[in-house]
Amino acid sequence: MKFNGYVRENGKVGIRNHVLVMSSVGCANTVVEKISAQTGANPITHQQGCLQLGVDQELTKKTLIGAGNNPNIGAVLIVGLGCETVQPTLLAEHIKGKRVEYITIQECGGTTKAVEKGVAIVREMQKELEKQKREPVDISHLIIGLKCGGSDTFSGLTANPVLGYVSDRLVDLGGTVILSETPGFFGGDRYLRERIVTEEGRKKFDEILNTMWQESSRLGETLADGELSPGNIKGGLTTLIEKSLGGIKKGGSRPIQGVLDFADEITGKGLWIMDTPGFDIITISGQTAGGAQMILFTTGRGSPVGCTLSPVIKVCSNSKTYEWMNEDMDINAGKIIDEGLPISEVGEELLMKMIEVANGEPTKSELAGHKEFALARVGSTL
Amino acid sequence: MRYFVVIDEKDNVATAVRDAEKGEIIETNLKQKILLLEPIPKGHKVAIRDIRANEPVIKYGEVICLARHDIKAGEHVHVHNIIDILVEQVEARKKG
Repeated sequence: MKFNGYVRENGKVGIRNHVLVMSSVGCANTVVEKISAQTGANPITHQQGCLQLGVDQELTKKTLIGAGNNPNIGAVLIVGLGCETVQPTLLAEHIKGKRVEYITIQECGGTTKAVEKGVAIVREMQKELEKQKREPVDISHLIIGLKCGGSDTFSGLTANPVLGYVSDRLVDLGGTVILSETPGFFGGDRYLRERIVTEEGRKKFDEILNTMWQESSRLGETLADGELSPGNIKGGLTTLIEKSLGGIKKGGSRPIQGVLDFADEITGKGLWIMDTPGFDIITISGQTAGGAQMILFTTGRGSPVGCTLSPVIKVCSNSKTYEWMNEDMDINAGKIIDEGLPISEVGEELLMKMIEVANGEPTKSELAGHKEFALARVGSTL
Repeated sequence: MRYFVVIDEKDNVATAVRDAEKGEIIETNLKQKILLLEPIPKGHKVAIRDIRANEPVIKYGEVICLARHDIKAGEHVHVHNIIDILVEQVEARKKG
């Protein structure tokens, strides 16, 4: 099975060819927004980049560098203020195999001049990228991130199992799949742990669960204390295992090759776990900063979320929301209930959709203009 | 028509997508027909095969709990007739 993508210098394959314009610090956000508005370049703005220390600062740098290295990005303009901790040069030197430029607002002589200079650079980059052509490559070059958000009673019955089916199919075809959302692992963790193929991976898995557990305790809450809420039980959930499986079954049933930290570069094939929070836009930012070219996103109540780096395909759990929020939904898994279809049938439909999107067909969230991105934090701003 | 959902062929329960009455014959998305021996509320599970005491209840192709006593096809499967196998594991983590 093949698709047409942009083959990069390092052998990775993009399914889009965007110019990325990115703030190195929150002070540059308005300039980035203006450059993006005038050129159509995909933006990353954020609240960080200064007075972050140690591992927290490293995480910001790693995530922004990873964003620049995503194969869907053909060229990068970094906009800084000039005096921030996360200097544009620190980011630029780690983004490889594509044109990378940076400007600072202080050196340009203020907002207006920085915007003018940035717009000129981006337009030049866009002209260069227009010359690049897609070429046929094997589907095994796809790296897919999995996410569920705005879930409902049917998410675990229809949409998430559809993703599980597609995960297995893609792994069997030689591709790469990333399962995330560590808080959702509690309850179903034994089923994930026993599928991890290395001792190192199992150890890492225990670590990420313990860290999440301790962090929730530190904040005064206890994650998944082994009991379902009365509302869960009234709704028909019988055990926490069942509740957790409703989410983690997005990852299908294949062996798990290992466990990655947030925004780690994804280099292996097969199914992997990436440690991320459950919050939708942070999860998909970690996955795409790691190199995922596409996100499969299930929703029941309806989420419009997209991503500035990679197309997001929305799989809706029920026909009612699919109709009601149709401009944001790509695939209707509610047909499993309404028409009596096996999971596999909608799974095959999704796989075909993935090929079309990989070939360049826009998803609903792309058409609606969604370009979300958010950084994870592990510390306080000083 | 709204079909009850069986996710994996190994599953021995189906999930109701609407409130269903005792005596109804429901159909699953895999086209199995089951006579309901009890009412099954929306979101709840019904056994689609006989499950003996201590045998696993399977959903998503995985064991979600064990049957506390014999459960007949068509009976409601919920907290009243199962054994939760996670409790010990969680207690260990709390101590741990």
